[in-house]
Parts: sequence; structure tokens; C-alpha cells
Amino acid sequence: MPKKSFREAVNEALRQEMERDPTVILMGEDVAGGMGAPGEDDAWGGPLGVTKGLMPRFGRERVLDTPISESAFVGAAVGAAATGLRPVAELMFVDFMGVCFDQIFNQAAKFRYMFGGKATTPLVVRTMYGAGFRAASQHSQCLYNIFTHIPGLKVAIPSNAYEAKGLLIQAIRDDDPVMFFEHKAMYDEEAEVPDEPYTIPFGEANVAREGEDVTVVALGRMVNFANEAADRLEGEGISCTVVDLRTTSPLDRETVLETAEETGRVVVVDEAHPRCSMAADIAALIAQEAFDALRAPVRMVTAPHAPVPFSPALEDLYIPGPDRIVEAVREVHGYGRG
Amino acid sequence: MQLSREDLLEAYRRMRLIREFEDRVHEEFSAGNIPGFVHLYAGEEASAVGVCLHLDDRDRIASTHRGHGHCIAKGCDPRAMMLEIFGKREGLCGGKGGSMHIADLEKGMMGANGIVGGGPPLVCGAALAAKTLGTGGVAVAFVGDGGSNQGTTLESYNLAKVWNLPAIFVIEDNGYAETTASSWSVGGSQTGRAAGFGMPGVEVDGFDFFAVWEAAREAVERARAGDGPSLLHVRLSRYYGHFEGDACTYRAADEVERIKAEKDPLMLFRRRVREAGLLEDSDLDAIDREARERIARTVDDAKGAAYPTEADLLTDVYASY
Repeated sequence: MPKKSFREAVNEALRQEMERDPTVILMGEDVAGGMGAPGEDDAWGGPLGVTKGLMPRFGRERVLDTPISESAFVGAAVGAAATGLRPVAELMFVDFMGVCFDQIFNQAAKFRYMFGGKATTPLVVRTMYGAGFRAASQHSQCLYNIFTHIPGLKVAIPSNAYEAKGLLIQAIRDDDPVMFFEHKAMYDEEAEVPDEPYTIPFGEANVAREGEDVTVVALGRMVNFANEAADRLEGEGISCTVVDLRTTSPLDRETVLETAEETGRVVVVDEAHPRCSMAADIAALIAQEAFDALRAPVRMVTAPHAPVPFSPALEDLYIPGPDRIVEAVREVHGYGRG
Repeated sequence: MQLSREDLLEAYRRMRLIREFEDRVHEEFSAGNIPGFVHLYAGEEASAVGVCLHLDDRDRIASTHRGHGHCIAKGCDPRAMMLEIFGKREGLCGGKGGSMHIADLEKGMMGANGIVGGGPPLVCGAALAAKTLGTGGVAVAFVGDGGSNQGTTLESYNLAKVWNLPAIFVIEDNGYAETTASSWSVGGSQTGRAAGFGMPGVEVDGFDFFAVWEAAREAVERARAGDGPSLLHVRLSRYYGHFEGDACTYRAADEVERIKAEKDPLMLFRRRVREAGLLEDSDLDAIDREARERIARTVDDAKGAAYPTEADLLTDVYASY
């Protein structure tokens, strides 16, 4: 099977869906680039080149550069979704949700319910998240937890290129509004990705690795870190199950609880801040529904309750990396063993 | 293009239905029969009807807190609306939206909106969909003077202009955003703002149905021809408070009574068509009677209808689970 980068996988998913369905359109700041400018067309293809090549193929009518007006164009994507198109809007960095959140959580998310089931809003908002790019406090946050809180939204957080393609095609075909999170530090990471289109259903977590001693529940980039930690722990004789949530809404409660019950020892890894996070949510779920199976307290490995710092020296401390996961797994593994 | 006798009857019928609907909602709310927040459109009828008479099934509108009039003008069923406002299961939105989120996408009515300035970006999207799909449709954002000061509205002017969208922004300036006078809260002018974004903008007397109809005709024709967005600044008045229960202490004591006596839009319409010999009083009286009886029936139906049940609480959150 061919190897493709996360960037190529996203681009391929968009291209194949646009070929399949003429109502799929893209919009966002510089998704092509060079609109109205004297130089090259398709100058950027998105700030990190993810949508490069789509405008020349599908034209400016289907790949729309926008002014820097997130409220207007995200709202326009919502309105277009409710009236016959399947827009994929790019919110360049999820940190910019602050200037368009209303259109997502008060409009898109609630149309179907408020209108008595008579609205369908097949919208995808692709957005970049995550630390590790030295991009500092306003271009590095996770924030998927905030969207996960809102009924009516679906939230997908792919952990590699294969997952990205399948989850994005599912997101575009889905009739509900979907927030699709792409980690900016993962675009060059490669995985085996089939050439043909495929979907990965929402709400079905992937057991990325099966082990016997400790269950590590993770999402997005943290799945890679969890696998890396698990490789190292293997050498110490500790075997880990790694669960990739794939989507935080809908949430695959069953897989989380089953894998937690199998080992009785759980570490939850989330790149976001700890308060009201997926880490806290999963820990609470296990505490409430699988208490009797637990043999150690659930440990959360998260970023601290602090903005993302700029200096590489600080940012490296900030990100929950494999070392901290290893440490947490050792702790829950040793708990109660004297 | 001229208004035919049928057009005139239809215009008056829709305006009278709105007035009757709102007066009855006011009455029923005061009697404690309607829950929640209700914002009434009485006094503003010429705006919704003057604009929506140019629209058809291809076209879409987005509304404000004060959305009942826009619904009726765009063809929503008053009975289903009344049931919705009473919170009943057979309401237009199954009792889940209420007055502030009343909508009927099948009629092109994209919703009243609980968020001031929520509608204009949605209208850009509806206009984009019409353009992309080649339906020939246009989209109209009704916005209050309060909503005219939201960034979403101003961003939408710009987006509609640079994407050359078939969009129309109708600023319904009733003089007050809640209690705050638009003469104080709006910097510059609405038409000056339109000019600033390079789109045509005109000020319209919102008490005069014919003035609104004429201005809207030009804007809709421009949009349908692919010549981009327009703005109408419609000056009008609301007869009731910002919401039901508002004592309106910020208004001049005789303000509403004076407006009703001097330039009520339905009264002006009647005078105009009678003086021009276009319609008879008997035609209009029949419409008044018909509206009164029809709305009375919707209220009776709404009172007798069933509420949603626990089985309805968690449906319609998602299209698929």
C-alpha cells in the first residue's frame, strides 16, 4: 500500500469527494491563495499547503478564497450547508474560534434541534490545532474539548494519515456539522493510505495496540506518543493497550469501558488543558461505570493549566510527551503491588 | 412592473395577518398563556411584506428576534407558528424552537435568530448556494438597527460584495435596540455604510408599503441579474416593547399612539388604494374579518394542542447518531 503524508491524505480526501459530489466546495483564507493579486494563482494552497492543487482542478467557484472574516465565511458555510451545499470551511487555526464561534455553536449546532428536525447542516470545519510549532499562545491550542461539549456538533481528531483520509471523507458525507482537527505538527508524518476513497465511521474508537497490563486512552497526536511510550515499556515487561478515540463526539464509551475493565489500570492522555477536558471526561466515565474493575486510580496526562509558551525550552516542557506517559503508566502499573 | 389588484389584496392580506397574529400573541402572552421570550413585529408589517412579495420558493430569508412577521410574509403557516409559540408538539418546529427560533426551511425561512447579527453570515451562505447551484434565487437578511452594529453584519457586507453574492440586507430601524436609541448607537449612517462597502443603499420610509416594495424590487432585480448585494435602510416603528413585558419607559409618552394615528402602515395602505380607486373598503374589510377569524382559530387550536413529551426530548439533536 502506498505511503502518504497526513497532508497528502487530507488533500486526497478533499479531491476525491469534490470529484464525487459537485455540491462539495471549499472556502477559507488562502485555501488557494493569490486571489486578486498580480502573481501566482494557487499561491499557497492553505498556509501549510494542504489544499494545494485543488483550485486549479476545480476552479475558483468551488475553492473560494475569503477575506480575513471568520465570522462571515464560517457563517456563510453554515448557511450554504443548510441550503444545499456541502461546504468544507477551513478555520486556519482553531484559536480563531473566538471570532466565529457563534456561527458554529449557536447556529450550525442547533439548527436541527431548534427547527424540529427539519434542518440538515452538512458542514465540515477543518482546523489546525496543537503545540510543537513554536507558534505560541494564540496559534497552538487544542480546544476540541470546547466543541465536544456542544450537542449537535461532531468532533473528529485523526491520529495519522490513514485515519485522516477515512475520517475526513466520513465527515464530508455526514449530514451533521463536523469539526475536523488536524495537528499542525503531523502534516509530514506518513502512513499507508489506500488510493481509493474509504470512510471510517464516527463513534468507533480504534484499539491501536492490545496489551494486558495498562490501558492508555489517547487522541490525535497523543496516540503516537502513547504508542511510543508503549514500545519503551514493552522492554520493561509492561504491555499496554492503546485506544485511539478517533472522535470525541460521538464518543465510543463501550470500547473505553471494555478496555479499561480488561486491565483495571488506566492512563488518559490529552494534549489539552486538564480542566473540563477529554482526559477528565474519560476518567469520570471510567470512575462512574467501571469502578469495580479498577485496580489503580485513573491517571491523566495533559498539558498544564497554562497558555502555550513560545520559547522552545518552555514549549517542550509544556507538551505531554512520551516520557510523561511512560512515567504515568509505571505509576498505575505499580499501584497496589507494594 | 406594477402591482396588480391581486398583488394589492395579497399585500394587505399578509400585513393584516401579521398585525392580527401579533395583537393576539400580545393578548395571550399578557394572559399568561405563552411561555418564554416574545418579540412582536406589529407596526413593521410593510417591511417584511414589501420585501417578501418579490420573493419566491427559490429565495431565502434570515430573520431577527422579531421574526413572526418575516415568517408570515414568506409564507409560513400561521397555525403551525401559533402552536410553536405556545410550545406545542405540532408546532412549526415541534415546540423545540419557540418564538425566537421559529423557522421553516421548506419555505425558505432560515429562522428567527436569538443572536443579534446571527443572520447576515447565514444569508451570505444561502446566496452562495443559490449562485453555485444556479437556482436564480436571492437571499435576504433582515437585521435590526441593533444588529446593524454587529461585526457579523459588517463582515457580511464585505463578503457579499467581494463574492458578488445575490444578497440583500434590510436594516429594519425601529428606533431602538432594546432601550437604546439608534440615533445614538449607529455611527455614521446605514446608507453610508453600504457606500463604504461599494454597494447600493437607500433609505426607505417603512410606514409606506409602496416605498418598501419599490426599493426592494430594485434590490431583488439587481441580485437576480448577478449585480451583487444591496442594502435597504427601512425606518419604521414597533408598537410593542422590545419584548413582551417591556414597560417602554424609554419612549416618549405619546410616541406610539401618535405614530398609529398619523402613519400606521395598514392605515396608509388603505388610504392610498382607496384614493387611487384600486381597491374598495369592502375588499379590505373582508380581509380584516377573515384574518381575525383565522388567527382566532389558530389560538384556539394552539390552546387545545398537546405538548411534546419526554420521547421528544432527545430527538433531532443529530441527523445520524
